[in-house]
Amino acid sequence: MSTKQLYSITALFDSPDEIIHAASETSKAGYTKYDVNTPYPVHGMDGAMQLKPSRLGFFAMAFGLLGAVSAIGFMTWVTLIEYPLVIGGKPFWSWPAFVPVSFELTVLLASVLSVVAMIVIYFKFPNNAHPLHDTKYMKAVSSDKFGINIQAEDPKFDEKAVTEFFKSLGGKEITPVYFDEDELSHGQKLFDPKFIGILAVVAVIASGTTYFIFNQLMFMPPFNWMMTQEKLKAQKPSELFSDGIGMRNPVDGTVARGFLPYPFKGQLDSVGKYLVNPLLPTKEVLETGKQKYLTFCSPCHGNFAQGDSRLRGQFPNPPTLHSDKVRNWHDGNIYHVITEGQNVMPSYAPQIARDDRWAIIHYLRALQRAQNAKESDFK
Amino acid sequence: MSTTVIDYTKELPVVEGRPTASQIEVVVTAPLDQFPPRKWWYAFAVTLSMLSIGGFCIGMSLYKGLGLWGVNQPVGWGFDIVNFVFWVGIGHAGTLISAILFLLRQRWRTGIARFAEAMTIFAVMCAGLFPLMHTGRQWLPMYLTPYPNQHGLWVNFTSPLLWDVFAVSTYFTVSLVFWYLGLIPDLATLRDRTTSKIKKTIYSIFSLGWRHSNRHWQHYERAYLILAGFATPLVLSVHTIVSFDFAVSVIPGWHTTIFPPYFVAGAVFSGFAMVQNVLIFVRQYFNLKHIITLDHLEKMNKVMVLTGSMVGYAYAMEFFIAWYSGSQFETFVFLNRALGPYSWAYWTMVSCNVIFPQLFWIKKIRRSIPAMFLIGITVNIGMWFERFVIVVTSLSRDFLPSSWGHYTPTLYDAGLFLGSFGLFFTLILIFVRVLPVVSISEVKAVVEGAQPSHH
Repeated sequence: MSTKQLYSITALFDSPDEIIHAASETSKAGYTKYDVNTPYPVHGMDGAMQLKPSRLGFFAMAFGLLGAVSAIGFMTWVTLIEYPLVIGGKPFWSWPAFVPVSFELTVLLASVLSVVAMIVIYFKFPNNAHPLHDTKYMKAVSSDKFGINIQAEDPKFDEKAVTEFFKSLGGKEITPVYFDEDELSHGQKLFDPKFIGILAVVAVIASGTTYFIFNQLMFMPPFNWMMTQEKLKAQKPSELFSDGIGMRNPVDGTVARGFLPYPFKGQLDSVGKYLVNPLLPTKEVLETGKQKYLTFCSPCHGNFAQGDSRLRGQFPNPPTLHSDKVRNWHDGNIYHVITEGQNVMPSYAPQIARDDRWAIIHYLRALQRAQNAKESDFK
Repeated sequence: MSTTVIDYTKELPVVEGRPTASQIEVVVTAPLDQFPPRKWWYAFAVTLSMLSIGGFCIGMSLYKGLGLWGVNQPVGWGFDIVNFVFWVGIGHAGTLISAILFLLRQRWRTGIARFAEAMTIFAVMCAGLFPLMHTGRQWLPMYLTPYPNQHGLWVNFTSPLLWDVFAVSTYFTVSLVFWYLGLIPDLATLRDRTTSKIKKTIYSIFSLGWRHSNRHWQHYERAYLILAGFATPLVLSVHTIVSFDFAVSVIPGWHTTIFPPYFVAGAVFSGFAMVQNVLIFVRQYFNLKHIITLDHLEKMNKVMVLTGSMVGYAYAMEFFIAWYSGSQFETFVFLNRALGPYSWAYWTMVSCNVIFPQLFWIKKIRRSIPAMFLIGITVNIGMWFERFVIVVTSLSRDFLPSSWGHYTPTLYDAGLFLGSFGLFFTLILIFVRVLPVVSISEVKAVVEGAQPSHH
């Protein structure tokens, strides 16, 4: 017995009132290295033991601030310095959008790190080698008893005096607790061959698995990557379709925008009834018509549609467009001629879009009116 | 007729029948020390089958891709997002019970907090599954996080979808820490009770060497308070941010400021319904009727009638704002919800969430186990349909009638949904067999006579 090193003297109590009394008496008697073990926190115990309030709140505040500052700082760095991107037309540093992430990181760091700090700094856990573990005393306070123990390292500690003190308080099962000898003599050897062997095995397995996952597994089905996956590429064959053609033909009857098929072939006289100019002679339309006329029509018809070609006889001159025939035509008839061509004139449908042809007709009407002005036009 | 006077000044006992500390221990730890009975195995077989159906659907979705699902233009968010919001909502009851009720000094929470927290963790796990599957390349989840990469690109910090990643992962981590913190003293008690050497080793590792020391309890209680203080705004923020996924967009029916409070109320509503439903079985099969009392269930039903009415108010207010805004798209979306092709889902939602829970105003129904069980189930059905209505109706018919479409889920969608239930209940069945479903140390502390008399 004498070789064993004493840790503390323990005593058990049955009720919360008794343990509060015992704790306050122990603290009044001047003991400092003592502890109370109860299956649940007993109200008023901190006062009875004269403990200072827990300072864990300061840890929480520090970690919370760390979370907030690092979140805001990181997002600021990313959006202002590292890779500024305009997103949704908002400023680079649009702080309202940073609120959720900053809040979450504040909460995350404050709560998780406070708990870790408490466990590691205050409790010095994990520690399963404490002398109180596996004693009868621990089993009792774990269940329904209330225990107190005064440690041998307390300056006022005296085995007999403490035992008598507990007896006077009404404590039961007053027993000494000793350090576990195995634990005391236990030493960890860094160069234990067993330990090094296990480390080596873990290292090989970890690196092998990492290599396999990142260099082999990730390139096996079903994992596929955008670089290599089956997809359509312009002008390239594709396996995705049974005919092996990547560029698909349009569906039968598809009409490209602005390219409605022209149903009237060679029916110059009758089309006027069916085709009506869809545009109004606004300033913009006349401007367009003028530009298109000067580009496409004026080389042969002349700048004022008088048939005075600029081609100097290299091409037969067309008749003037100020003839009664043309002036009395419906817009549709002119449109038909531009679209289908007439005599030597080819079709201009490929060069001039539909609406531009109608705009040219408006411009032509303006030219006709200007060249054949009536008295009433001057009013 | 005699009038019974109820003394409201005196709090009802939280635990009935004044059990001693060791009696509480025996009854709570009983399921941990016995080989599971046949009934448990039957239940486990059912949930495991559901889980394997879900596993099959996940495998097929991984192998073949998301074309197996019903999502397509214009409804790109289907069952996956509906289930995500549904499960995250279920998870809210746990933190509400463990954190908010703790701050409000509601001592009745002790009996149900542990179980509700476990449900939170399992529900968030189920929830996390769906967005992960929804990303399409499920083996690249690190793209969701801001990590330095060879593209030199970072995630978009202005996107609510990224806020969601942070919110849900923080919520999961903090819930797990909260739950584990509560488990430490109980694990130490289990360590000191058990006679099996293997179990003792496991309990010793996870109890970290807890000695029930008051010098530790002091910090422990402070840590619990701090965690509760942080978890309270956290739980409110999580569903707020989930609702931002919708509210920050410009889709009619989503772009509303009522979404955050409305989503949080709905989450608490569905979470309490789920906790109540499962607890009815737990207290029955583990003889915990004196610890999880009828008073507990009644109080939960009261929370449900409150949050259910808040949800009902939100439904009405959405219609009012749709009319008041004068926006023709907004007005159309709500008329379409009530009268369009998904009106059956809308009216299922309204009847399950607004009408049936009002029965809880009647005390008899509030205290009748079969009635509250049925209403709890309808609430969960209703809350699932709420998310369905929000996600699908708004997407299927938005601005341009030429871009309208109809969403039809496939069997794989259904299988994944079934699988998430399988995962949830499998985890619960394992949990009730390996860990104490009631916080032993907390319940010991609230039994009558557990605290010093002068206090």
